[in-house]
Amino acid sequence: MTPADDKKALHIQITQPASKQSHFSLDINLQLPSTGVTALFGPSGSGKTTILRHIAGLEVSNSSHIRLDDTIWQNSQTSLPPHKRPIGFVFQDANLFEHLTAEGNLRFAMKRAKKDQSVISYHDVIRLMDIDSILAQYPAQLSGGERQRVAIARALLIQPKLLLMDEPLAALDETLKQDILPYLEKLCRRANIPIIYVSHSLDEVIRLADHMVVLDKGRVVEEGDIHTLLGKLGTSFSRYQDASVVVVGTVTRHSPEWGLSWLTIGNQAIAFKQGNEALGEPVRLRIQSRDVSITLDKQDGSSILNRLTAVVDDIERDPKDPSQTMVRLMIDNTAILAKITAFSAHQLALQKGQSVIVQIKSVAVLS
Amino acid sequence: MHLTSEDIDAIWLTLKLASLVTFLLIIISTPLAWWLARTQSWLKGPINAIVAMPLVLPPTVLGFYLLLFLSPQGAIGSIMSNMGLPPLPFSFTGLVIASMLYSLPFVVQPIQNAFLAIGKGPLEAAATLRSSPLNRFFYVAIPLARPGYISAAILGFAHTVGEFGVVLMIGGNIASETRVISIQIYDHVEALEYGQAHTLSLLMVAFAFIVLAFLYGVQKHQKSKAVSGGLL
Repeated sequence: MTPADDKKALHIQITQPASKQSHFSLDINLQLPSTGVTALFGPSGSGKTTILRHIAGLEVSNSSHIRLDDTIWQNSQTSLPPHKRPIGFVFQDANLFEHLTAEGNLRFAMKRAKKDQSVISYHDVIRLMDIDSILAQYPAQLSGGERQRVAIARALLIQPKLLLMDEPLAALDETLKQDILPYLEKLCRRANIPIIYVSHSLDEVIRLADHMVVLDKGRVVEEGDIHTLLGKLGTSFSRYQDASVVVVGTVTRHSPEWGLSWLTIGNQAIAFKQGNEALGEPVRLRIQSRDVSITLDKQDGSSILNRLTAVVDDIERDPKDPSQTMVRLMIDNTAILAKITAFSAHQLALQKGQSVIVQIKSVAVLS
Repeated sequence: MHLTSEDIDAIWLTLKLASLVTFLLIIISTPLAWWLARTQSWLKGPINAIVAMPLVLPPTVLGFYLLLFLSPQGAIGSIMSNMGLPPLPFSFTGLVIASMLYSLPFVVQPIQNAFLAIGKGPLEAAATLRSSPLNRFFYVAIPLARPGYISAAILGFAHTVGEFGVVLMIGGNIASETRVISIQIYDHVEALEYGQAHTLSLLMVAFAFIVLAFLYGVQKHQKSKAVSGGLL
């Protein structure tokens, strides 16, 4: 990071030694980007929620340093109380005020918002979260998904400089999750403030985040841009059951006749099911490693549409399951993972730098 | 069935006493209940016990010690008489103080339980919405504890109306000053005026029924354990 960048970012250094009450200790030092969505990802007990609570000031440790841009929130001398930090916080279980209607909850935030910062207007947030019809209802009358949407709207209406989200979907069942994810995606794509999103679901992280911090037992395991991180071998994800990569690009072609669209990588293109994206609009595709196979020559007469030329970049045998091998392939500058059997890798005699054909059986559009 | 002017006086005095005691207790109990609901201090146990003591002590014991403390020779009474203040025993003010002690647990405990029932979630949410500690106390904690306040007020009022032993010990039997309904009923019975005793007693029975029926009604409506404060 250059010194100029250095000022415009969230610096978090938290040390919390293990105590008599708990074995858990936290020792992290992070510089998070001042734009986009950063995911804190890890299993439960990895400390991701604790980090978020430290950033919000809901938990305090004297030996921590937390700074946004050039304002110190926490160091050994000062500790800004939570109500003085310019944050919005979305809790796992919404935490709406039960004595106020949905609208009353939003007004609570608006009344206390700093007037000098404008992130979103009341009308925009209501449209974004689609809560116009439920404003008059009390939290007890709302479904879990509706409550969470109101909670997100409330956190935005405080006009924060930083939005913290603590597993906002974890308390919802799978159907509700799928209902609310599109709202989160819209929010994450449009927000003009940095968002820190805590989750233990790789699926959510892939759909929402730009940047990612992987935590385990209170330590940072990996950190980086989500596309690079997901495309790397030897990371915790490449051994993950659903190891996948995210390909980002713009829509370059439509075929209404076949209901397909194309995204260009270098001088090749990946076809996917046509959605609402217009030409030139950004699109994120998720490609799972188990849907990618490798051949040495282009087989015409295959039903698989996406057959692209790629270069083998790295090969790693799965240490946990020796029958499997993960191969990283580069299509231009985009990494794709292929999970093939170790036997196939041997039969094909795959070498680093070798040019092969990848066949992608299915592609999922994320947003 | 008719009420004598002395009966009316007693009813009026009782209502005045119960209203004043309830009002003062709500004010005093709010910070006390808040502290008891949040503190980690070792003092929590002893203070809780002191607040709850009127629940188990015979009212006569409470009245007896109050009499000792408040009489012009007592620890507090002597200071007051040195300051030129009138003695508290056998006065309306003395009765208010005694009733407040006697009804304290009935007001503190429902409010305390209501504060506990809020949990830290809504207060943390308020903190992240730029609400200062005092602001979130008045705009989040107290409104959310409303069911607790309702039952605290009802129980505090009703319990003060129903007291007898403490009044007899510290208040005596002075018309329009300390002669509340329960004392008036006792007087009627002593004087073998059973008809008069019946009228007042039936009024008390009706009052108790209506109050408790209302309380349980509120409780059912609110679906909250906080309403009765665990006392009922």
